[in-house]
Amino acid sequence: MSLFDSTIKELEAKLHNQEITVEDLVKESYGQIKKVDGDVHAFLTLDEEKALEKARELDKREDKSGVLFGIPAGIKDNIVTKGLRTTCASQFLDNFNDPLYDATVVEKLNAENPVAVGKLNMDEFAMGSSNENSGYEPTRNPWNTDHVPGGSSGGSAAAVAAGEVLFSLGTDTGGSIRQPAAFCGVVGMKPTYGRVSRFGLVAFASSLDQIGPLTRTVEDNARVLEVIAGHDKMDSTSADVEVPAYTEALTGDVKGLKIAVPKEYLAEGVSEEVKNAVLEALKVYEKLGATWEEVSLPHSKYALSTYYLLSSSEASANLARFDGVRYGVRSENAENMLDMFVKSRSEGFGDEVKRRIMLGTFALSSGYYDAYYKKAQKVRTLIKNDFDKILADYDVIVGPTTPTPAFKVGENTSDPLTMYLNDILTIPVNLAGVPGISIPCGFSQEGLPIGLQIIGNYFDESTVYRAAHAFEQATEHHKKRPQLGGAK
Amino acid sequence: MAEISKEQVKHVANLARLEFDDEAVEQMANELSSIIGYAEQLNELDTENVKPTTHVLDLKNVMRKDEPKKWITQEEALKNAPDQKDGQIRVPSILE
Repeated sequence: MSLFDSTIKELEAKLHNQEITVEDLVKESYGQIKKVDGDVHAFLTLDEEKALEKARELDKREDKSGVLFGIPAGIKDNIVTKGLRTTCASQFLDNFNDPLYDATVVEKLNAENPVAVGKLNMDEFAMGSSNENSGYEPTRNPWNTDHVPGGSSGGSAAAVAAGEVLFSLGTDTGGSIRQPAAFCGVVGMKPTYGRVSRFGLVAFASSLDQIGPLTRTVEDNARVLEVIAGHDKMDSTSADVEVPAYTEALTGDVKGLKIAVPKEYLAEGVSEEVKNAVLEALKVYEKLGATWEEVSLPHSKYALSTYYLLSSSEASANLARFDGVRYGVRSENAENMLDMFVKSRSEGFGDEVKRRIMLGTFALSSGYYDAYYKKAQKVRTLIKNDFDKILADYDVIVGPTTPTPAFKVGENTSDPLTMYLNDILTIPVNLAGVPGISIPCGFSQEGLPIGLQIIGNYFDESTVYRAAHAFEQATEHHKKRPQLGGAK
Repeated sequence: MAEISKEQVKHVANLARLEFDDEAVEQMANELSSIIGYAEQLNELDTENVKPTTHVLDLKNVMRKDEPKKWITQEEALKNAPDQKDGQIRVPSILE
């Protein structure tokens, strides 16, 4: 039995009763990392000494306040951490050892005294759905290391699933928290766009990116979001909307909850196993007193095209800052300034990043802007309208997170379009900007986790959490552990 | 217009400050053609009277006073620079 089989709340009680110390927790974390991370590759950067030092310092404190006091955590490597190497899993930033400030989410976490264990692996610059685009050794799925953990927050999901940390932060632009959460059997929340500050998040697609927590339970997840959410004057797109106490929404009561199930989310392309797991989940909701009806989000099939045009366009602009001048790896083969930009970028970026920069630059280039970029912005309006219409009549939208369970390493790498199809059920949520969570709802015959996606209205994470928590408490899926996660 | 030529790839690469060898140019042309070809499906939709969405929240421009404040020192600003001289970032010559 791992200490991490407890919730944060349970550990808080144990710390207060002096049954355990923070040092015990950090040792648990590093013990598990040493045992499994050679296979899982969830971490890119670790600092055991610093973590232990912090643990001992916390143990000495009389005042043990902070809702994350002493809890070992991992941070996705596209979130800037002062003095702690931040690479975005890109060779371009391989030497970015000394970031000058903490992201707002990291500052907010630190105020609650968790222990940062290290930085987590990902697809390079968050572009990918399998972690195979990491500029380092790709993360593997703790349930079966022949399979991918999903992406781009694959390290964040795998580290929690493997019991290496109790919670992690990930980022979600088109499904990058929810899809790996589904593949690794953990809870992953993408909050409403603007709910969490993006200051200090290395931008991929600024109109879509959101930071969110990955945890083993819904309760832990709500607790972490409560800490990181809120308006930030350093991010002008963060929303000035009050943050409710999410943990208080976890009543277990979903009587009368109105669930919409989009027929497009159970259509062709979604595997039978996944479909059946979702239908079983709906039966659980019926038993709990909720009702569900089939609805339509008619523009769903256009979401993928819309997303790739918009996110790549934004990425091409955001990644223009990587020029080898102020930080990062500068090419040594350059003869003049322009050549230095070109060579540093061409040598430092991986194939998928280059592909997206090229696609985005093309969509924004003279003569194609209206046909592609602006057209996609207009279709985005139609997709958003679909959600607005359904969420005016229903409390939540429920469906699968992914069309299939985790696929095998190498299975989808030959054709970018096939890989992109993985995110077809998560992308519309980012385009609309509404919150969505993935929670475990079953296992495939092969023993791989299946994720249930619950989508809510703008800034109504509370209802999403309430629905997720009620299902979790009525089922046992979240209690199952992968063999690498410390199974008995 | 679903076919993206090798010439177009070279033009876009120049705009994006990237370079590819001949083989990569050909592969990029094929991949971009296939992605853009797929995205042509958006033309099925009549969006004549639809407003574009640039941002999902109803936010107006957020303004603040343009005031200087102390943030990082010169030394800190240079910490991650690949090359520096006399307190400044050094780059290769701009003019031949």
